[in-house]
Amino acid sequence: MNRVDPTDHPTVATAVAVPGEVAVDEVVPALASWSTVVPAGETLRMVDLHGNQAVDCLLYAAHDTTERYSAQATVVAQRNVYLTTGSPLVSNAGRSLMHITDDTCGRHDTIAGACSRESNTLRYGHHTIHQHACLDNFLHDHAQRGMTARDMASNINWFMNVPVEPDGSLGIVDGLSAPGKYVDLRADVDTLVVVSNCPQVNNPCNAFDPTPVRMIRFVAR
Amino acid sequence: MAQPDDPSSPSPSAGTAPEGALPETAVPDTSTPEAARAHARAQAAAASAAWVVPATDAGDLPDGVDAAQVVWDETLPPGAYTTRRIGRGTHLHLTDRAGDASVALVVHSAANPAERLNVADTLKVQWNAYLTEGMLLLSAMGRVLATVVSDTSGHHDLLCGLSTAAGNDAIFGDGTPWGPCPSAEDRLAVALARWGLDRRDLTANVNLFTVARVGSDGSLQLDPDSVRPGAHICLRAEMDLLVSLAHTSHPLAGPSQYPSGEVRVLAWSGAPAAADDPWRSVSPEAERAFANTDDYLAAAGVTTASGAPR
Repeated sequence: MNRVDPTDHPTVATAVAVPGEVAVDEVVPALASWSTVVPAGETLRMVDLHGNQAVDCLLYAAHDTTERYSAQATVVAQRNVYLTTGSPLVSNAGRSLMHITDDTCGRHDTIAGACSRESNTLRYGHHTIHQHACLDNFLHDHAQRGMTARDMASNINWFMNVPVEPDGSLGIVDGLSAPGKYVDLRADVDTLVVVSNCPQVNNPCNAFDPTPVRMIRFVAR
Repeated sequence: MAQPDDPSSPSPSAGTAPEGALPETAVPDTSTPEAARAHARAQAAAASAAWVVPATDAGDLPDGVDAAQVVWDETLPPGAYTTRRIGRGTHLHLTDRAGDASVALVVHSAANPAERLNVADTLKVQWNAYLTEGMLLLSAMGRVLATVVSDTSGHHDLLCGLSTAAGNDAIFGDGTPWGPCPSAEDRLAVALARWGLDRRDLTANVNLFTVARVGSDGSLQLDPDSVRPGAHICLRAEMDLLVSLAHTSHPLAGPSQYPSGEVRVLAWSGAPAAADDPWRSVSPEAERAFANTDDYLAAAGVTTASGAPR
């Protein structure tokens, strides 16, 4: 099911018809990393082509990557742990790097972090140590630009559903997304966006079947 | 010499000067190097619990702790910070004397500071957002940095992060490091700078003694029930660590909630998790985290609960 033509699916066709002039339009294959710099004022639309595909995402100020997205600063700024339309994506310098201008999924996670080979061994057992994971995608992309594990920071998990119960219990549960659901991020400053199209197959964040997502950078009309 | 450990005991500036110290009202003679040296040296006579050196002089110890084991005894006034390298097996015991503290904590591996506390893995792997007794501080490498071996505070915050200068300026009217309400971010930045670490190394932290509750709609509220005078938490290092602490305010604190009391930082040498340690087997995830840690340390030549270095 990995190569659906968006025009075959009405919700996907709607999602890819962006309200503006397209600068970049790429499909990120299942399992892959991908990055781009979104200039201030431009918008990045992430489209969940097949539904329930977690997209792990790090944000950095493009001109000084020591300034980066902070989940903790973000949840404090909006006094809420879930991200949706209107959420500012706040950096460790206390300013909004981007903000969510549209969201047809309704809720995204920013507290549960990225999967790694190592955390997979804790959660699923030592047989998972050589499975591909988001941390490897991030470190792979970082290595291209001289960044390292020290540049890892808290991340966003687009399209991933992590409810928190009254006693603090939490977990990655079945997703709320569906084919053609999308989220729009308007850059407030030039922002380096690094994503891992999550390869996880041991929990429901990708409905146990990692699939491609589409990235459309555009200048909104 | 035993050190007074009572925050209500008079300080030299507040009452009777200790023997050897100059009276408060005297204008000191600092006109020559010799006089300045005498003046400077006389000040050391002021007894203080701010930093007990040697640490084995520590008094007022928890039951079962021998002063000979104590490696660190420091008392933080509001706004203060500290950072230290502690060895594997060291127990770090923090007390919130007034019940109004919110201590920002970050932890790095001393051997490789790029391995550090990963808050997201800590809460995800343990399936809970509220840190408490029996939980582990995990790194992104699937290993245990520290174990919460005891806790009378209830829950500690993993979600809200550091207070900032701008935030404290808005809440308290002054967030500068030299003012009355410094921020956790500024404090920890200078703590980490002492190890040559920088902003890239300052990532998500724990706020001890405070907790923000998550509502059904995802909303965050500071829990007023986390005010517990005398509450303590004890963390056991499971590898050699750099620990950095800022006794500042929680980012959701209100204008009247900058802490007023002291936090005592006490540490004593001890053993890391034994093979039969109860917190090893509290969950399958914890078992594997300890197994990974033992495996890592054994390969580095460290004797672990699994036996001597292979």
